Parts: sequence; structure tokens; C-alpha cells
Amino acid sequence: MTLNVEKEIADLKAKVGDMPGAENKLTMIVFSGDLDKQLAAMIIATGAAAMGMQVVLFFTFWGLPALRAPQKKVGGKSFMGKMFGMMLPKGRNKLILSQMHMAGMGTAMMKGLMKKKNVAGLDEMYDLAAQLAVKIYACQMSMDLMGFKKEEMIDYPGLEVCGVATMLSHAKESSIQFFI
Amino acid sequence: MADYTIAKTLDYKGLACPMPIVKISQVIGSVAIGDVLEVHTTDPGSLADFPAWAKTTGHAILETKQEPGVIKIFVKRQK
Repeated sequence: MTLNVEKEIADLKAKVGDMPGAENKLTMIVFSGDLDKQLAAMIIATGAAAMGMQVVLFFTFWGLPALRAPQKKVGGKSFMGKMFGMMLPKGRNKLILSQMHMAGMGTAMMKGLMKKKNVAGLDEMYDLAAQLAVKIYACQMSMDLMGFKKEEMIDYPGLEVCGVATMLSHAKESSIQFFI
Repeated sequence: MADYTIAKTLDYKGLACPMPIVKISQVIGSVAIGDVLEVHTTDPGSLADFPAWAKTTGHAILETKQEPGVIKIFVKRQK
């Protein structure tokens, strides 16, 4: 029985091309709104981008307040939307630690420690991410739930609103998928 | 002893993760292929991070030297 090498190679190529998780790409879902978790997400995102990976971040639920621009005001919100707007942190500099927040003392101590050890804070991380072309999406559904509008979000280059299918199609072709 | 010429010396002392590898990734394109960069860092994580970065990006770490108060890493642009 002869082996049709060319056909076998063509079949294999087709199979490999279809394999999920093949791209040099990282997709991360940022669900948490804690300062420590957001820092970890941004360090991983910028680190991956520095290593030549394509990076896609998908901010949803409690991660969304980090994208709020504190100086932007937007009207036309429902009562619930206004409530969420008041109760949730106004932007990344208002986030708190997931543990040891200690009524503000823990978060302040952590920020002080980071400054002392020259660890980059969220402001610097977002600037870096923008320079490194990290793509950020905001989840349409949770924005609607919480009454957030695109106009009150930060001016991040390429910031887009999307749904779960967009995130999943990025995740499927990524070699690394994270949920923070 | 170094038997290669250094194109640039980069002072990353005092920078913490992820800054050293972020910075080297931004600078590597500014030298010619085959050039060697000498990085000075105080970040102990860089000892493992630079080889990992080099492996993923296709560049080479020629040498790492641990001196009092500073780690010296020699990075060669390969492509």
C-alpha cells in the first residue's frame, strides 16, 4: 500500500491550522475590581506584550470601574445607574486591596510600599499597555447592568465595547487564557 | 571577560518587575542585528526573566554577571 505523502501533509496542515490555542496571544478576562488583582492583570498583560505576544483584555463586572475616567461626567442615567455610579470606585486610582484593606490603611500602606520599591502603579501600567498595543474591551452587558456609558470611560487607544462572542473568539485562538 | 563590543549600556537599576523586560523589548529594535546591549539591573527576578524573554522573542543572552549591588546582563539582538 503506497502512502500518498502530499495528501497526508495537506490533511495535517489543515488540522493544525484549525487547532485552538495556536496563536502567540494572551486573552485575559478582568472580572475583579480589587487593586491587587488589577495590578497583577496589568503586570501580566504588559509582560506578555513585552515578550512579543498579542494581548487582549476583557473588562467585565467589577473590573469595569477601573476604566472610569474620574473627571468625566455623563448624564441621563437611571436611578440604579446613578446608585452604581456612586457606590463603585471612580477609576483605577480608587481601587482597594482584596484583603487587608483595613479601612484604607492597608491600601495606603501597599501604595506607599510600591512607591518605595519603585513598583509601577496602575497609571504607569496603563500608559505602558497603550504603548505596547494591548487591546482593551469593555463588556457591553455589564456596562448596561451598571448603567455605565462609553463616554465616561478613559481615553484608552482602541477601547471598544463588545460581547462574549468577541472575547471567546480571541480566547479560542490564544495560547494563554486567564481569568482574574 | 567580554570579547564583544557593547553597542549600548542600559541602566535599569531600581526598576522592578515588569519594567526591565518591558524596557528591553522597547529598546532592542533600536540597535542593529548582532549588536550587544549591556543591561544593569538590581531586580533579582531579571536573572530568570531575561532568558525567558530572550527565548520567546528569539534573541540571545550572552552572559549574566552578578556583581556587588548590580546584575549585568548581556543581550544580543538576533533578528
